[in-house]
Amino acid sequence: MNNRDQILKAVANGKPAPKPLSLPDWSSIAPPPDLLVSFEQFVQAVGGEVLFLDNTEALQQLISTEKASGGFIINRAGEGGVVDEVPDSPRLLESVKIAYIRGSIGVAENGAIWVDESAMGNRILPFICEQLVLVLRENELVADMHEAYRRVQINREGFGVFIAGPSKTADIEQSLVIGAHGPKGLTVVLLPAL
Amino acid sequence: MSAPIYPGKGADSSHARLAAIFNQDENRTNWHDQTLWWVRQKRDNAARQLPEWEQLRQWASDIKDHTLSNLDAYLVEFEKNALANGIKVHWATDAAAHNSILHEIIRTNGITRIVKSKSMLTEECHLNEYLLQQGIEVVDTDLGERIVQLRKEPPSHIVLPAIHLKKQEVSDTFHEYLGTEKGNNDPQYLTQAARIHLREKFMAADLAITGVNFAVAETGGFVVCTNEGNADMGAHAARIHVACMGIEKIIPKAEHLGLFTRLLARSATGQPVTTYTSHFHRPRAGRELHIIIVDNGRSRQLGREDFRNSLKCIRCAACFNTCPVYRRSGGHSYHTAVAGPIGSILNPNLDMKAHADLPFASTLCGSCTNVCPVKINIHEQLWKWRQVIAAEGLMEPSKKIGMRFMSRVLARPAIYRFAGSAARFIMRWFPFLLKNKSLNPWYKQRELPQAPKESFRDWYKKQRS
Repeated sequence: MNNRDQILKAVANGKPAPKPLSLPDWSSIAPPPDLLVSFEQFVQAVGGEVLFLDNTEALQQLISTEKASGGFIINRAGEGGVVDEVPDSPRLLESVKIAYIRGSIGVAENGAIWVDESAMGNRILPFICEQLVLVLRENELVADMHEAYRRVQINREGFGVFIAGPSKTADIEQSLVIGAHGPKGLTVVLLPAL
Repeated sequence: MSAPIYPGKGADSSHARLAAIFNQDENRTNWHDQTLWWVRQKRDNAARQLPEWEQLRQWASDIKDHTLSNLDAYLVEFEKNALANGIKVHWATDAAAHNSILHEIIRTNGITRIVKSKSMLTEECHLNEYLLQQGIEVVDTDLGERIVQLRKEPPSHIVLPAIHLKKQEVSDTFHEYLGTEKGNNDPQYLTQAARIHLREKFMAADLAITGVNFAVAETGGFVVCTNEGNADMGAHAARIHVACMGIEKIIPKAEHLGLFTRLLARSATGQPVTTYTSHFHRPRAGRELHIIIVDNGRSRQLGREDFRNSLKCIRCAACFNTCPVYRRSGGHSYHTAVAGPIGSILNPNLDMKAHADLPFASTLCGSCTNVCPVKINIHEQLWKWRQVIAAEGLMEPSKKIGMRFMSRVLARPAIYRFAGSAARFIMRWFPFLLKNKSLNPWYKQRELPQAPKESFRDWYKKQRS
C-alpha cells in the first residue's frame, strides 16, 4: 500500500464516531459601532497609517509627485490612473521604493486589507517594496474577518493575502522592530465611498 | 536521522535535569518568566476586547472535533481540489518519508539554494539535519529561527524561537557570522543586519519551504501566517515552493478561516491579526507548488480516545506563555520540537519512552486549558498520560518509590499524624537535613517556610473544645 492509502486507512480506523457540524451563526457577533473609526484605529495599532484623500485626482497627483522625485515607484493603484507593468524578476523589484496597490476589502476589527494577485501584478511586490501604499474606498470596509471571508473568494485567483501593517518582528528580546523582511512602512489611502 | 542537540543533553536528559541547568542563571530565569507572562497578558487584553471570545473558542473546538471525526474524507477532498489547482500533492506516513520526498524534489530539480520559513513539522522531522547529512544546506528565514540556527541550537518556543536568548547573545552571534559591530546589541540594528543577510538568501533561492497554518478542504489551498513576511519572500521568489503540513491542519471550509484567524494571533501574541495571512491556491505560470501531507504518528493519536483532541491544536503557544513550568524552565528543557504543555501531550505519542518525563513537567494547574483557543483539555491529558506511563512501567524510580510511600502514609491517619509532627520537629531543630538539595529537590530555588508549632488538626481540635 502506498503512503497515501496507508494514511487514509489509519485515519479511517482511528477517527471517532461522526460529529455533525452545525454551521456557526456569525451574524450573532456585534460589529464595531463605527467601521471607519475602528479601521483607522487598528491600522495605526498594527504600525500603519491612514491617509484620507478627497478624490482620485489627489491620489494620482500624489503618485506623480513621488515619481517625479526619482526612485523606483510602481503604480498599481488603479482608480483611473495608468497601471504600471511589473517585472517578473524579484531581483529587478528589490529597489522598489514605493508600491501603490489597490486593496479590495478593509477589515474594521484588525486593520487588515485583502489584496488579490491581479492587483499586485507580481506576487512578491507587496512584500519586496520598501514602502507599501494600499488604496481602498470607505465603502469597502467590513466589520470583521467573518464578513471578510464572506466577501472574498479566496480561490478566485492563485494567490491572495490579508495585509495588516508593515512587516515586523519582535524576535530579539521582544523588542518590536518594523521592517523585518518586507516593507518598512504601510500607508492606507482611503478614498470617499463611490 | 539525527536529532538536534539540546543544551546540556546527556545520559540523563529529563526535563527536570535540563530545567535545573536553565535555572542556574537566576536572572535569566526571572526575565524569561516575566517576558512570557507579559505575552500572556497581551493575549488576555486582546481576548477581552471581543465579547464573543468564549463563543469563538467553542465554535473553533466544535469545527475541529467535527473535522477530526471525518478527517479521511476531508483529506481526500483537499487532495482532489489541490490537484485541480495544479498543486503537486505528496503523502508521507512518517518523518523519514517526508524528508526523502523533499530530498527527491531537491535532487531531481538540481536545487542547491533553499530557504525555509517557520514550520514546526519540519523541526519535528529533523529535516535540516537530514538534508545537511546529504550535503544540502537550508537557510531558516524567520529572524528568531535564523538566530538559533546560526548558534546551532533548536528553537525553544514555537512562536518565539529565540525567546531564551538575550540581545547581547544575538549581538555576539551576529558579530561572529554576519560581521556586525562588536557589542552593538540594538535590536533595530541587528534586525536590519539580518534583513540584508536574508534578502540575499531570498533572491538566490531556487526552492522555498514553508509550513501550513490551515489547509482548506473546500478550495484545495492553504494559508500561511507570518509577521515578518519571510514565508512570502521565499515562496514568491523561488521557482519551487514546497509546503509541509500535518494531516490535522485541515479545516472544511473557507468561511472557517474567519474564526481561526481571529483566534490565532490574539492567542499567540495579542495582535488582532498576523501581519500577513497568505492564501496559496495555484502556482504562478512556470513555477511549481508542492504540498507534503504528513502523518508521523497523528493517525495513532487520533485513535487514542483520551488524547485525540490534542490534534485540534493550531500552534498558537498560548499554553506555553501561561505555563508556570514552561516559563521557569525554558523550552530546551522539553528536548522536543514542540515544547510546553501541548508538546507534553503530543510527544509521548511519538515516543513514549523517550518522552515519559514530559507529562510530569506540569503542576496540573489547568491554566493551559483555560487559554487554549480550541479548548483542548491539556491538563487532563497530562494527568492521563501520567497514568499510561506509570502503567507501562516508564515512570522514574524515584517518583515511583515516592508515590508508593506517600500513598501508604496518606492511607494511615496515625502514621500521617506522626510524620507531620516529625517533619515540624526536623524543620525546627535540624533544618540542614531538609536544606540539602540532593536529598530534598523541593528546596531548589525555594526557601523553607517557618514550621508551625502545631498541626492544623490540633489547632482545629483546640478551637472546637
